[in-house]
Amino acid sequence: MLRAAAVINLNGPGAYLHWGVIQLSVANLVVIIVMIVVFGLALLLPFPGRRR
Amino acid sequence: MTTTPAADPAESPGWTGRLRRRLVGTLPPEKLMPDRQPAYVASWIYVFGVLTIAALIWVLVSGAWLALAGPQWWHTSAVGHFVNSLHLWGVELFFFCMVIHLWGKFFMAAWRGRRKLTWVIGAIAFLASIGTAFTGYLVQTNFDSQWISTQAKDGLNSVGVGAWFNVLNTGQMLLWHVLLLPLVLGVLTVWHVLLVRRRGVVPPFGAEGRESGQPVPVAGHGETER
Repeated sequence: MLRAAAVINLNGPGAYLHWGVIQLSVANLVVIIVMIVVFGLALLLPFPGRRR
Repeated sequence: MTTTPAADPAESPGWTGRLRRRLVGTLPPEKLMPDRQPAYVASWIYVFGVLTIAALIWVLVSGAWLALAGPQWWHTSAVGHFVNSLHLWGVELFFFCMVIHLWGKFFMAAWRGRRKLTWVIGAIAFLASIGTAFTGYLVQTNFDSQWISTQAKDGLNSVGVGAWFNVLNTGQMLLWHVLLLPLVLGVLTVWHVLLVRRRGVVPPFGAEGRESGQPVPVAGHGETER
């Protein structure tokens, strides 16, 4: 059966980062970075309809 | 038996009258369902609370669907896989929005202005959400849930709660996940929202005096901000 190729290959064990006792998956790190970016954008982007 | 109505309905005797007066006094209708908000609410950072609630509703609807149809359905049918994914990604969005809401309120010191209880209830709701999500991982009925439960039991036993919170008991975890914890989370969420309505949305630093008298119209009403 033909399937569209996934943008990210999820068929395998996840990649993990280690800093001493701290272990973090790359997937979770990406989510955290995206959250920080969205948080910054929420503070900076103008709200539609708002007039100054 | 006949009863004599009180002359003034607002002062009617009985516990229902007292309760009504107390509820209306605590949370008048114009505070409960406002149609105008302070100008500073027109910012994206104020959107993430309601986005969290929207994601929670999505999670509850997809979760109810999964509970009604059962594991056999969500493991084997295409629609079941899809609804299972809706539930998972709804939870991802729920936590994504809730944590940004938490950051925004933390850096805004949202407990200012008699809002301490609002902050505390929100924090407890966050912890209850983590517990609900954790029990969700335990009731997937797959190898992932087996692995997580066998890892978690040692930690929970080490703190002495394994006797009444047994993560290897799928039935017990299912009841926590689909009944007890959603009930707790639902009550906390409604309480949190009612407290926000009672005390008002927290102003940014420097705008404390502008909580009233600086309204912004509800979107679509075509009025301009003052």
